[in-house]
Amino acid sequence: MSNVPTLLEMRSITKEFPGVKALSDVNLVVRAGEIHAICGENGAGKSTLMKVLSGVYPYGSYDGQIVYQGSESKFSDIRASENAGIVIIHQELALIPGMSIAENIFLGNEPRKRGAIDWKAANRMALDLMARVGLQEDPDTLIKDIGVGKQQLVEIAKAFAKDVKLLILDEPTAALNEADSRHLLDLLRGFRSRGITSIMISHKLNEIEAIADQITILRDGRTVETLDVKADGVDEDRIVRGMVGRELSSRFPDHTPKIGDVFFEVRDWNVRHPISADRQVCKNESFVVRRGEIVGFAGLMGAGRTELAMSVFGRSYGVYESGTIIKDGKEIVLKSVADAIDNGLAYVSEDRKAIGLNLLDDIKSSTVAAKLSKISHHGVLSEVEEYQAAEAYRKELRTKAPSVDVGVSKLSGGNQQKVVLAKWMFTDPDLLILDEPTRGIDVGAKYEIYGIIQRLADEGKGVVVISSELPELIGLCDRIYTVFEGAITGEIARADATPENLMKQMTSTKKLATR
Amino acid sequence: MSRIKDLQKNLFGGTTSNARQFGMIFTLVAIVLIFQIWTDGLTLRSDNLIALFQQNSYILILAIGMLMVIVAGHIDLSVGSIAAFTGILVAKSMTEWDLPWPAAIVFGLAIGAVIGAWQGFWVAYVGVPAFIVTLAGMLLFRGGNQFIGNAQSIPVPEGFREIGSGFLPEFGPNTGYNNATLLLGLAAAAAVVWREIRTRNTRRAMDADPAPMWVSILRMAIMVGVIAFASLRFASGRVGTSFPISGIILLLLVIAYSFYTRNTAGGRHIYAVGGNSRAAELSGVKLKRVNFFVMMNMSVLAALAGMIFVARSAASGPQDGNGWELDAIAAVFIGGAAVAGGIGTISGSIVGGLVMAVLNNGLQLQGVGTDKVQIIKGLVLLLAVAIDVYNKSQGRFSIIGSLMRPFRREDSAPPASPPDAERKPAKAAVSG
Repeated sequence: MSNVPTLLEMRSITKEFPGVKALSDVNLVVRAGEIHAICGENGAGKSTLMKVLSGVYPYGSYDGQIVYQGSESKFSDIRASENAGIVIIHQELALIPGMSIAENIFLGNEPRKRGAIDWKAANRMALDLMARVGLQEDPDTLIKDIGVGKQQLVEIAKAFAKDVKLLILDEPTAALNEADSRHLLDLLRGFRSRGITSIMISHKLNEIEAIADQITILRDGRTVETLDVKADGVDEDRIVRGMVGRELSSRFPDHTPKIGDVFFEVRDWNVRHPISADRQVCKNESFVVRRGEIVGFAGLMGAGRTELAMSVFGRSYGVYESGTIIKDGKEIVLKSVADAIDNGLAYVSEDRKAIGLNLLDDIKSSTVAAKLSKISHHGVLSEVEEYQAAEAYRKELRTKAPSVDVGVSKLSGGNQQKVVLAKWMFTDPDLLILDEPTRGIDVGAKYEIYGIIQRLADEGKGVVVISSELPELIGLCDRIYTVFEGAITGEIARADATPENLMKQMTSTKKLATR
Repeated sequence: MSRIKDLQKNLFGGTTSNARQFGMIFTLVAIVLIFQIWTDGLTLRSDNLIALFQQNSYILILAIGMLMVIVAGHIDLSVGSIAAFTGILVAKSMTEWDLPWPAAIVFGLAIGAVIGAWQGFWVAYVGVPAFIVTLAGMLLFRGGNQFIGNAQSIPVPEGFREIGSGFLPEFGPNTGYNNATLLLGLAAAAAVVWREIRTRNTRRAMDADPAPMWVSILRMAIMVGVIAFASLRFASGRVGTSFPISGIILLLLVIAYSFYTRNTAGGRHIYAVGGNSRAAELSGVKLKRVNFFVMMNMSVLAALAGMIFVARSAASGPQDGNGWELDAIAAVFIGGAAVAGGIGTISGSIVGGLVMAVLNNGLQLQGVGTDKVQIIKGLVLLLAVAIDVYNKSQGRFSIIGSLMRPFRREDSAPPASPPDAERKPAKAAVSG
């Protein structure tokens, strides 16, 4: 393979922040026309490396050399790297929701005629670019009116508008459903055949295995190895071994479920969309949870799983229409989140940064935030009890932080998730609803989170897990409901749960006859 | 560990918030000293100190409420107008409807509560941004003041004036000082010692080593020294003057609201709402109730501030309270509150307000014209917040927090694993 020319070489890159060495002596060689994956746990330095490459951290703020297209590059900012054809697409999309597709594609790069923007040309060029990424929409459509999958395509079209030679994608499929992910991966393959080089950062190892030509693995800010997927016969386990530095015998801890009786039941649940009242987001949904049971909810993105969970959790989503909740044989009415918490429900949201945590808080105050009454005496908060509670959970969940005074914004994704779990465990719930509990979390931390979930179930709590990763549901859950377009379409026992089985139910509207 | 390091680590910093608070005090002391030298000792003279407190107590009272509004992520532009509106009604109630002055004060607070409920309703339950609601309120209640008072001044009776221009009474043996003020100072000193002991116990209970004993003693000595100095100054003014009543009101409010914001669930909820309202809601915080409360509370405090001002100037006029909202907002931001909400302390805002007050006072003592004073104040505000923003972009804490970085406990040392690389690990502060 040595006859393939090298497009990019990053040589012994070292980047320090006060107190932390984010990258030390990292090397990366990318050949022209390949798809190069970068793997590593959170905090391994993947994103930092890409920021060095794209000029977010300008030349001079790091040590080492970037050789691009045969000569050393010294990018002073993002614009400089973009001019050289290096375009980075971040995990959080940088699109303006209230602007049209065409406007977004050419933002900062508008085609001009005599000083004014030439919208005719822009729309024409936009259509052309959209065709290249397989996006069929009116270029005048507003970004907020298209799905995440299509938004991702707009970002890529935007990159093409800048004449991209090296496309960097940071977790491009993290927010996409299976179909959109597959489309995106096909697209990347198409780019490869047209000679465009891509670097892809992803936690989804199956995708990397399927698409990458080479994989560079980072751990703790250092290069571990670069693997050639075909030549080295790389599979997921091989990548995991490189990332964590040890063999993970199994992706899930061993667990023998101790399932009790049904204690929580939702019957004929109907909820409407909060804004467009004619849209029904929950259609006559019913489900049960037993003590000690881990119940999964499988479904495509937008199937209405989060909406179901949140509407049950104190009507925190949508407009309640009808339906009952029965807990321990009695009907309960939960009109607010406070009601839900008081009745022993906990909901760990899918987006911990946006709606799960107050990022200004430290671990202490985050841990107790959902049940301040537990550390209050006559209305006065006890700092000591707050500390003791937080410290106990830090030890129990093995949250990596020097003390509970550390701000949650400084923690890695996995540790933030542990704080969120601690916050809800602190409320002593009987039913925990976990929405995408391992999204954006690295392999090692996932294993720990699974262990926590199983322990909670063993304590006799009911646990509901919503996840878009089918292997996770199959490995973790005792029973799985499938959801499609706001309706429960199937119920599959652990023994029968296969990806094929689930996928079939997740995409069909066939109503479940018996429960 | 060397003694110097011990001192750096512990003198001002039991906890992070303590450290910041002390950092702001540090800045204030510097400004006071600069003016003390520049004005040849005029700044810290008894009569000047007393005047300083009397002239600024109402702004500082507003700053308390404004801090809570800003922490919750809102703003209140109407406080000056509400103060004026309340002032004129209260003045009228006493002169024309012969309400006795204690009843008039209750009446004034009730007006504040009603106005607050009005504004809180729009902000919390309808969802109109507070900026708009209070901009409307600013016009509404300014107009209301001038409509009711016919754009004239209305005088207030003697008893009522006490809350604005009264002093602690004289009693007991003739010590050459005002005994009440001395007692107040003693109580404050005792409180400082009590607090220090409590902090030490708390830290022990939290498995953290308390500061070395000698540091604790030094810290107490400094605080007690300042209190002693201040109480002697306030107690030795012109005969008939001492610590002002408005200062007492302010002191009580500061203590009560500091306690509320730091040590109760209700206070915590305000920070939670400002930090991330959606997360707060999903943690069981009643968003609307919190928003309603902070807006209503602000108006009550504005009514109180208005009454104190009227009492001090002996009459309510059509231009009362002009521009107060800006002074209060400036105090809060200089005091380290975040524009986006979620961050800030009562004590910080008070110190922020005092920084502005001392600046104002010192420049006036030097005969600097109001034109130039305004220019300087504007620049100070801009600079303070700019440093804050810059420091945050560098991943450090706020302005004065960063001034005090060497004093902070090592509680933000880098976590065991490098932080998520997407964020700047630079946030980890280096301890001195």
